[in-house]
Amino acid sequence: MLVNPFKLASLGILGMNERNIKYIARYNERKLYPLVDNKLATKRLLENSDIHVPELIATIEHQSQINNLMTLLPSTGGFVIKPAQGSGGKGILVIQNNANPNFAKPNGSELNIEHLQHHCSNILAGLYSLGGKVDKAIIERLINFDQLFSDYSYEGVPDIRIIIFKGYPVMAMMRLSTEASDGKANLHQGAVGVGLDIANGQALHAVQFGKPVEYHPDTQQKLSELKVPNWTDMLELAAKCYEKTQLGYLGADIVLDVEKGPLLLELNARPGLSIQIANGCGLKPRLKMIEKQQQTRTAIERVLFSQQAFSLL
Amino acid sequence: MQYARWPFYALIGVLFVTGLVMSIYRHLTFQVPFLPGETLTTWSIEARVEFTADNGPVKIKLARPSSQQGYAVLSESSASSGYGVAYLDNENILEWSIRQAQGEQTLFYRVDFLHDQLQNDIESTPPAIPPVSLAEPYLTAAEQINQQLLSISADSISYAQQLFQLLTTQQNQQNLALLRDEESEPAKLAVKLLNHAGIAASVIHAVKLEDGRRRQPLVPLVKVWQSGQNSVIFDPATGKRGKPQDMLLWQQQDMPMLEVMGGFDSKVSFSIIKHQETIASAIKAQQNVQQSLVNFSIHSLPLEEQALFKTILLLPVGALIVCMLRILVGLRTSGTFMPVLIALAFIQTSLVTGLVGFTLIVFTGLLLRSYLSHLNLLLVARISAVIISVIAIITLFSLLSYQIGLSEGLKVTFFPMIILSWTIERMSVLWEEEGAKEVVIQGGGSLLTAVIAYLAMTNEFIRHLTFNFLGVQLILLAAILALGNYTGYRLFELARFKSLVERYAGKSV
Repeated sequence: MLVNPFKLASLGILGMNERNIKYIARYNERKLYPLVDNKLATKRLLENSDIHVPELIATIEHQSQINNLMTLLPSTGGFVIKPAQGSGGKGILVIQNNANPNFAKPNGSELNIEHLQHHCSNILAGLYSLGGKVDKAIIERLINFDQLFSDYSYEGVPDIRIIIFKGYPVMAMMRLSTEASDGKANLHQGAVGVGLDIANGQALHAVQFGKPVEYHPDTQQKLSELKVPNWTDMLELAAKCYEKTQLGYLGADIVLDVEKGPLLLELNARPGLSIQIANGCGLKPRLKMIEKQQQTRTAIERVLFSQQAFSLL
Repeated sequence: MQYARWPFYALIGVLFVTGLVMSIYRHLTFQVPFLPGETLTTWSIEARVEFTADNGPVKIKLARPSSQQGYAVLSESSASSGYGVAYLDNENILEWSIRQAQGEQTLFYRVDFLHDQLQNDIESTPPAIPPVSLAEPYLTAAEQINQQLLSISADSISYAQQLFQLLTTQQNQQNLALLRDEESEPAKLAVKLLNHAGIAASVIHAVKLEDGRRRQPLVPLVKVWQSGQNSVIFDPATGKRGKPQDMLLWQQQDMPMLEVMGGFDSKVSFSIIKHQETIASAIKAQQNVQQSLVNFSIHSLPLEEQALFKTILLLPVGALIVCMLRILVGLRTSGTFMPVLIALAFIQTSLVTGLVGFTLIVFTGLLLRSYLSHLNLLLVARISAVIISVIAIITLFSLLSYQIGLSEGLKVTFFPMIILSWTIERMSVLWEEEGAKEVVIQGGGSLLTAVIAYLAMTNEFIRHLTFNFLGVQLILLAAILALGNYTGYRLFELARFKSLVERYAGKSV
């Protein structure tokens, strides 16, 4: 049932306590957290930069705005309502289609405007924010994700999580939603995690609920054939987030939009450790190698360095 | 961003060593043993007299206990600024007096008893039987009971025994119900009926010996005399014969407990604390009433505060348990320190009652909350509604359990209601978002943590150490700081990353 901790250590697996003390506490300055914990702040930070983010439709700051929510919503197409300071994917409501008067969720179920209003007022009251602080709700345009991945995902947007350490991409995975995860891309809820080779974006190894899988459980697509296009551009986008935020240990969530290319969905100052399971290897040796780098490099130089150093195939 | 770590380790070391030295010093100098139980037990009882003075001379008489079967008086003292104190030994009374006092007054009297099996009761002469005047229809009722008891008893003691049996088992007998209108207190009623039958009896008062209790009232008992100085004590609440084991008789004569001349609104309450010390240290501590700073001890505080600290000083133990379970094991709980507060409630309610009560309240709360979530309320209003629901649930459970005769059920009131409401709210949201499985995991984790914290906090050894050695607090702090620096794996991670190790099992790394 349990494994020998020394064996884990010899594989270079990073544990939660070590992540918190040696990486997050040491490389992420507390005062910089609001930049990534608040999605509105992140959007503002990345405005007019070459890091693109999903289009902001509206923000809701006061309870009174909820009453005329209808006027704030786009008349056609899909949108997402999320809390500005949510964590762990909590409180994110995806509307696939505005089929007046009802709203269709990706799984086909329909909601009416009262449901959306209740959801917004929960967000404003701070139900989903860290520490229950009052919050704002953001309405974003739904990403029109690349059909390239549509066979790999069930009712949700597949996103790519890249861990950036001191500006170097160190590990990446793609998260595919499943029926078990209810269209969400969180691994602990049952999404499939596919480890990606830093060198070329090729799938390495896939897991669901911590166990290796070969095929997507709902679409039966062979996961080892998955390959992310324009991989180097995507890594460069992620690497640039370091200069923007100054956070040393960072998780970047990126989606591939069919028109706008890679979009930065959100940044995370406390990225999880499941990425190691999806990649089938530990983070520690890579982090130690980056810690030894003295040279200052530009984003693209760092990406090239990582691609060379962390290639697995 | 990289700070040197050595000052931190030095701090841990200093805290640990200081704590250890303080504890050893206390052990050596005051002979406080490290283990409980290898010593004699002493009970300290503090009477707190409160009243409002009339702006004139005041005289207060307080009954005080004497050595009795099983307990010997070790020492007594009083705290009362400006008052003259006299211990009147023949009457077992303490007398405070002052020429002029105004406003609210608080006086303390403290007595230490040594638990001593060899100590015997001092015999006391029976009081004169006061004439009992009962009006009709009470007189007839008393007479009927008297006739009934006379036929089934042989002497005064067996008469009393039958009377108490009647009082406790046949609550609703017609005659008794009538007499209860006249005198509602069972002890006084019993004495009245006994006196009516020509038997010498009086109400005496006792203190229930429970460690760490504050503001306790006196428990009335009835003492019945047979011929001469032979007497037997009955507990009117249970009808049992003989002095209850855990009671200490405070006042053995039929006299008022407290008399205040020159004041009003007077009342007296008791705090009780148990010590495990050697006699030598008990005596030594008595000599050091003017505590020096070196003997930095909780024992220099008034008993009521001591009883409070007995609980407060256990909280760091609970915090350490939470740290260990989260950092070393990786257990998920709902709310970081909520389990410690639940464990504190368990101490009051006892474990099984607490677990059943907690589960029932949270489960019923979740059902009510699922209705509230349909109403689309604002968060603050919804939580307030949950708080009121929790209070309603607690009231309902108390009433129900009292009606079906389960006095244990009344203890649900010890649960912290605001904390329970937040727990219900969080679990409800968790249920909606992540499903019932996560609720069971986090709820189970919280309960498991609470139970482990409860077991640690009720452990006799741990209670003894935390209360008697303040240095232990520093050692606990050092342990928590050290845990905060632990970078190893959590126990659950060994299972979480299992597939990774298996993947490499075939290959060489």
